Amino acid sequence: MPWNLNSDRPIFIQIIEKIQVDIISGLYMPGDKLPSVRELAQEASVNPNTMQKALSELERTGLVYAQRTSGRFITEDTTMIDELKSKLAKEIVTEFLENMQKLGFQKEETISLLEKTLATEKSTKGEADNDTGM
Amino acid sequence: MILECKDLTKTYHGFPALSDISLQIDEGHIIGLLGPNGSGKTTLIKLIAGLLSPSSGTISIEGNPVGPASKSLISYLPDHFYLDGHRKVKDIIGFFHDFYRDFEPLRAYDMLGKLNIDPNQKLKTFSKGTKEKVHLILAMSRRAKLYLLDEPIAGVDPAARDYILQTILSNYDENASILISTHLISDIENILDQVVFLHKGRIHTHACVDELRQETHKSIDDLFREVFKC
Repeated sequence: MPWNLNSDRPIFIQIIEKIQVDIISGLYMPGDKLPSVRELAQEASVNPNTMQKALSELERTGLVYAQRTSGRFITEDTTMIDELKSKLAKEIVTEFLENMQKLGFQKEETISLLEKTLATEKSTKGEADNDTGM
Repeated sequence: MILECKDLTKTYHGFPALSDISLQIDEGHIIGLLGPNGSGKTTLIKLIAGLLSPSSGTISIEGNPVGPASKSLISYLPDHFYLDGHRKVKDIIGFFHDFYRDFEPLRAYDMLGKLNIDPNQKLKTFSKGTKEKVHLILAMSRRAKLYLLDEPIAGVDPAARDYILQTILSNYDENASILISTHLISDIENILDQVVFLHKGRIHTHACVDELRQETHKSIDDLFREVFKC
């Protein structure tokens, strides 16, 4: 599981984002125990202090909670996870729309292009399915 | 506090190599000591290791002045080879075991195994990169409080470099600190949490790496290139 961290943005922020996505995508389920700071730091090849900072920040937002002696766990509050999911999705869509606007696309054009792309994706995917069926 | 340097100055025949260095390092950090050639990195490391004595100013390591007590707390990796090439790696390990109370032979053998280095071979039979690996393994196999690594990965291939960085991360404990001097900033900047920029023998910057990234929107490597642009 590569972490793909860039050096030009604070590492702890990128770690937070990565763990958020891992929670949303279900790689970590609600109530799961997180690996230790040390293990995570080694896996990501980052300084343990940086990992510690990221986890403390996740704890502050409530997405992760610490239990005195047994470590850190993913929140069992699924509403919170759902809210984070829609927040991140909204950010991605907003960024996409901004980029399309930079290219000179009006909203309607963007939507019709989206629909067209989805339609071709569906048909090529259909073909691929047929291929494997043969 | 593990290391405290106060108003440290070192002159070589009247030429100042380091001027008014004041530096404090707490435990549990990995600090990059970065600077252009001739900025004083090796001089600073040698002063802390006790191989040079300062022209003025003081150094204390866990409250001890530089001397036998401080040296027992410091594991120093010089920027050149210093071991007898005619000896076998396993003999050198025995020598380290006799010499340093905090040296752990098992850790050294474990790392040698992972890097496919045969301890029965003589040191001189190895390539430059492998010799570097052996020296670094020996330095990291001590349970020191302060590791001084002067250019530890310069001659090592990128794949082994990754393993060595992992080794550094997995071998140091929260009560120790590591000071690493290097020019290969982009390779190591993710494992650093602080950097010290040395410029013409003075401290230009001493800061937390993520804060520098946040302020400048640059990697430490880019920042270095900007600050020390020729």
